Amino acid sequence: MTTATLEPPAHLARRSRPFAWVQQSLTLAWRNIVRIRQNPEALADVTFQPIIFLALFLFVFGGAIAGGGGWRGYLPVLLPGLLVQTVVFATMGTGVGLNDDFAKGVFDRFRSLPIARISPLIGAVLGDAVRYSLSIVILMTSGFVLGFRFHNGVGNGLLAMLIVLLFALSMCWIWVWLGLTMKTAQGVQGIAFLVMFPLTFGSNIFVPTSTLPGFLQAFTKVSPITYLVDTERALMGGGALQKPLLITLAWMVGLVAVFAPLAIRAYRRRT
Amino acid sequence: MTTTNQVAIEATGLVKKYGNTTALAGVDLSVPTGTVLGVLGPNGAGKTTAVRILGTLLRPDAGHATVGGYDVVREAGKVRSIIGLTGQYASVDEDMSGRRNLIMIGRLLGFSREQSRVRADQLLERFELTDAGERIAKTYSGGMRRRLDLAASLVGNPSILYLDEPTTGLDPHARNGVWETIRNLVLDGTTVLLTTQYLEEADALADSIVVFDKGSVVASGRPAELKAQAGKQSLDVRPAEPAHIERVAAIVAESTGMRPNVDVVNALVSVPVSDGSSMPVVVRRLDEAGIAVTELSLRLPSLDEVFLALTGHTAEEKTSDVVLEGAGR
Repeated sequence: MTTATLEPPAHLARRSRPFAWVQQSLTLAWRNIVRIRQNPEALADVTFQPIIFLALFLFVFGGAIAGGGGWRGYLPVLLPGLLVQTVVFATMGTGVGLNDDFAKGVFDRFRSLPIARISPLIGAVLGDAVRYSLSIVILMTSGFVLGFRFHNGVGNGLLAMLIVLLFALSMCWIWVWLGLTMKTAQGVQGIAFLVMFPLTFGSNIFVPTSTLPGFLQAFTKVSPITYLVDTERALMGGGALQKPLLITLAWMVGLVAVFAPLAIRAYRRRT
Repeated sequence: MTTTNQVAIEATGLVKKYGNTTALAGVDLSVPTGTVLGVLGPNGAGKTTAVRILGTLLRPDAGHATVGGYDVVREAGKVRSIIGLTGQYASVDEDMSGRRNLIMIGRLLGFSREQSRVRADQLLERFELTDAGERIAKTYSGGMRRRLDLAASLVGNPSILYLDEPTTGLDPHARNGVWETIRNLVLDGTTVLLTTQYLEEADALADSIVVFDKGSVVASGRPAELKAQAGKQSLDVRPAEPAHIERVAAIVAESTGMRPNVDVVNALVSVPVSDGSSMPVVVRRLDEAGIAVTELSLRLPSLDEVFLALTGHTAEEKTSDVVLEGAGR
């Protein structure tokens, strides 16, 4: 008996192009966008939730927190903070989605195709960047409707939006890693909420840190959320920028340096 | 276009362990190009593990395998370019429409946008999914979902196709549809490796069958050979009047010298025989006794009986040490 060597179909010749993995990653990112379009209800966490949070904090707590200024005085402080909270919460969706893809066998389908091994992972992260951007645009638009304005120039305002997006892309590696190592999507979500609530509420997002008890103040002094919020407020409304920006950038580098390798190692183990 | 003396899939001594559990304990397989191999066995027999190894999704702990002449470990990329995989674990994206799923796979395979759309529409039509093409896959019925899975594995026009339990959980109508599709693929020259828990399915589709039990191949051959391997033929007699079943049993026992199985529920008397020589005797005695029968047949044993004879337990029996297939990848 001879062994037949079956030639791959001719169209696969394209695979030998050096950047085929880029196109594959973009295709898989496109998949995430199609999913959003076909399942708009799955977007609730980045659409209605931030709007409801904005309304809730602004109108219910705004008067009490901002004192004399009422909710109008609270908006310029709240919006940059809420932007950080919304985007940080959106990052956990990346891990939940990846876990789901593995559980449902979608990744096995990808792996059985002659594509670059890393493409599905890059595609998932890139696709979610679109989700993060969407949540940023929705929240900022709501803010503008309520009277929020960039007081430090439109360029700086846009830069603030870019930085919060980049922060999300750095932080999402934590959830990618957990999404790839934990058994169920619910487990990932559970851990995520456990981390996210203390992290975002134990910060300067909603109230000045000077009102917090000592131990919590100590926590906010190391939390990246505090510095990211300070950066956002400085870029959107003015104030000291250099220190919070540098610390934020350092955190971003640190998050990627620690969690991206962990995530990629977990990914390689599973694929 | 196919030359049946060429080997599409060749595996030697495949071993896979998950902790202390042995999913595969040294499996050899050989599938000639253009034929259908049915891998038959109960849950946990190692069927899916074997498919995952041959589909490059899992590395064997020992042994090696070539698919289309390429090594599944060292030349996984090349193997992937000639195979299609459909099964419990290689799924389409439920949150996208059927059409988008197929287009995405086309794009991943390097087709242009236009080519991907054309290919997707071709496949939707072929699998009678054109009307449902724009619907989210989540909303598909079981049969539609399997057809979409099949279509997804065919986008790249693979010459070798793995079907992991393609009809499990389908109603008979949907199952027949999938069978028809598989038969057509084989006519096109596709080599198929099919796993199934249904003996009937392997019998209906496969050119040859291997029987897996607890990670090993316990039997192999053409369906007819396997049936013959279980040895005896069976003589079945079904009286027209169920009340006559005791008398029929007595006549059969007397004629063959063997104690028959009496299935009262189905009013069927069957007895294992070595050849057909006792049949005329049975006919004459029944005639003398004036008993009319609706069925009188000499048949090869069913694959269920074969499985029982080969493994000592029936295919439906759930063993306690079932391996959770696909786990711990």
